Amino acid sequence: MDVTFKIRRQNPDLPGKEKPYWQEFVLGDVEPTDRVLEMLHRIKWEQDGSLSLRRSCAHGICGSDAMRINGVNRLACKILVRDVGERIQIEPILGLPVIKDLIVDMEPFFDHYRQVMPFFVNDDPLPADGRERLQTQADRELFDDTTKCILCACCTTSCPSFWANGHYVGPAAIVQAHRFIFDTRDQAGKERLDILSEPNGVWRCRTIFNCTPACPREIEVTKAIGEVKLAIRKGKTIGIIQPDVSH
Amino acid sequence: MQVHKHDAIIIGAGGAGLMAALYASKGGADVAVVSKLYPTRSHTGTAQGGIGAALGNLDEDKPIYHTYDTVKGGDYLTDQHAAKILAENAVDAVIELEHMGLPFDRTSEKRISQRRFGGHTRNFGEQLVRRACHAADRTGHMILQTLYQQCIKNEVSFFDEFQVVDMIVVDGVCAGVVAIELGTGEFHIFHGKASFFATGGWGRCWSVTSNAHSLTGDGAAIALRRGLPLEDMEFFQFHPTGIYRMGILITEGVRGEGGVLINSQGERFMERYAPNAKDLASRDVVSRAIYLETRAGRSIKNRGYVHLDVRPGTVNRYFAEEGRDRGDFIDDATVERKLPDILDFCRTYLGVDPVKEPMPVQPTAHYAMGGIPTNVDAEVIIDAAGNVMPGAYAAGETACVSVHGANRLGTNSLVDLVVFGRRGGMKVAEFVKGADWVPLPSDAGAEIRAEFDRIRGGSGSSRPGELRAKMQATMMDNIGVFRTEETLQQGISDLAELRERFHKDLQIDDKSRVFNTDLMEAWELGCLLDLADVTARAAFERKESRGAHSREDFKRRDDENWLAHSLVSHDGNLASPSYAVNFDKKVDLSLWEEEIRQGLPEDQQKFRPKERVY
Repeated sequence: MDVTFKIRRQNPDLPGKEKPYWQEFVLGDVEPTDRVLEMLHRIKWEQDGSLSLRRSCAHGICGSDAMRINGVNRLACKILVRDVGERIQIEPILGLPVIKDLIVDMEPFFDHYRQVMPFFVNDDPLPADGRERLQTQADRELFDDTTKCILCACCTTSCPSFWANGHYVGPAAIVQAHRFIFDTRDQAGKERLDILSEPNGVWRCRTIFNCTPACPREIEVTKAIGEVKLAIRKGKTIGIIQPDVSH
Repeated sequence: MQVHKHDAIIIGAGGAGLMAALYASKGGADVAVVSKLYPTRSHTGTAQGGIGAALGNLDEDKPIYHTYDTVKGGDYLTDQHAAKILAENAVDAVIELEHMGLPFDRTSEKRISQRRFGGHTRNFGEQLVRRACHAADRTGHMILQTLYQQCIKNEVSFFDEFQVVDMIVVDGVCAGVVAIELGTGEFHIFHGKASFFATGGWGRCWSVTSNAHSLTGDGAAIALRRGLPLEDMEFFQFHPTGIYRMGILITEGVRGEGGVLINSQGERFMERYAPNAKDLASRDVVSRAIYLETRAGRSIKNRGYVHLDVRPGTVNRYFAEEGRDRGDFIDDATVERKLPDILDFCRTYLGVDPVKEPMPVQPTAHYAMGGIPTNVDAEVIIDAAGNVMPGAYAAGETACVSVHGANRLGTNSLVDLVVFGRRGGMKVAEFVKGADWVPLPSDAGAEIRAEFDRIRGGSGSSRPGELRAKMQATMMDNIGVFRTEETLQQGISDLAELRERFHKDLQIDDKSRVFNTDLMEAWELGCLLDLADVTARAAFERKESRGAHSREDFKRRDDENWLAHSLVSHDGNLASPSYAVNFDKKVDLSLWEEEIRQGLPEDQQKFRPKERVY
């Protein structure tokens, strides 16, 4: 089948193309099971080499190719033509400055990430036997969902609170903090909760839920944010998340 | 050109690069990590099944068993002293990852959980052992995240989206690298006492591959062009279970959990090829079996793929036949819990639910056993005698230690990058304390700048995308799982024609500076063409079959003549290079030699090269 792509473009380096504009491309011989990323590559490789986007692994793990596809944040490599139809509109994700075509400046996003102490902290002496720290599988599963985050920015750039205020740390940074706050081996939960109870922390979240369906890893982002809010309210991290008994 | 000065420049921010950065900075070095991708985009993140280490948390295990499996898996081309270091250091490295917070799955004793993987056995091949430490089926993702987090904690400097395109060699010493800042198109010089290549593999030479688009072998190609040899390039692993046509990897962990390969007759055909290990024989063996089944007309619908079946009904039936304990039996929930990402890939890309239907799989180009030759401390070596290039380091897939020999065992890529990234990082920290700064030449970066001007100016009619597709097709057809002199000659001549077009007839649409991915992809294609060529030349010269290098005109392994590593070098002429291939670097057989010294009779010599049976 034929598919028409309408792509939002701009190039600060080319006179006349500095401002955003739309360009259409038509591709033939498209299979419904083709990935949108493959189609963008066909445009780039067969029609216009200047079309610019980030991509790497092409199967939804590296998080490079977040973009707005028919108005919804998606990874281009994880969405098939049959999921979006024969007219496909593609724009850069919202809320971050556009550098060129579909490439946005990710620095503000990673700045927020770095603010929440996204690293394991435990200053106790290491186990005397030279082995691993111990943890039950049930405790390990409490934060399993948020370990899946690939920092693609689909959630944060779908969040109206982030669009309205770029200083808000955003869902992705909270997800990353959650992964450590509820890890029984970690000791900096309180510091992270303090950071997230600042004005640009979790309370900017208005529970709009855009983030959850935007996540290509199916992380329950809003639920994770809720758990962080509850931990701040209760002033503790233990007993906040109920273990999943289905296993 | 802006010049940045740091003790150590780490090129690439996957597992090996981040591990090196972390340990070099912990050792007191001023470290800069230069990466063409944001670190979390690196391909280490896609590794699924696990990282092998003889922790013995579930089964009795010892590093010497892991060493044996690695040597045997490598079809005895593995350097034995290096395999020993790999297996011994793996235990400490995995424990250290846990101490850094890596969320491994846990056993009922609260220890790191382990699963079976192809070729990993206890007591020298006696039976499969649970050795692969895992975090669901996203172990690589967790390693990459954990290392990046620790680098942030240790305040390592990152230059994200800076692509290294050349190295600066002054009188045989590496003085740094040249990079392009992607966002601006500006060239930068990174002046370092140590430059550490951790740029990954080059699976994009082939059309069906598990590798990321960014895996274009930049570091290996740069080293080659600057006169360094590349080692064992004829050995490239095809993983047996890539998603049909797409090449996306389906972890060996699926078979580790009991999944089986089935042909069009409904037969579990690996029983014929590997009576003991069956579906968990080493990857080269399983990939060849799938090709042979296809040739015999037993692929599904005759389309070159077979089924990977992990439906609990199938798995439990075979478990029962094997007399496994009922406690090992699996149900739908087990599959969902242990292989969530695999289920997601199949549901997303194939519309297939592996709990209910088998997955269509075919071999997919996966891993370079060869690369930039190094010693066990990640120092780059320049000849068969093991002389080093001061200031140059490499680790991970881009390097060849050689621990993987002719075929890498599953999980050992992650082991390699943590073990040798760590050793290399420590070595760099020590080196930069004593080393003097090598002054930069006045024309540093001029040559590569001119090369980029040439590429950017391309106004011919050959699009990089077309040349790349043709290269990938000829590599798949002629330099894939099976090779003959005829196919290799065809491949070499196709590559020469493509190189000619790349140098004389290139078409570049994007002439701008900011984020010029058209330009960068073209330059990367040049790297792939060089590495494809070197692969073909080494494969042409090695007239035997060993591990992943399967010559149909020389079907047997020939230890008398070929128990040696290939070293291929290039005369520096980019447009029409000539190559020198030698086999002067003998395989290290020190563990076998030790057995002989101890007076062990031949049938008790575990490390004596012998026929590989699984």
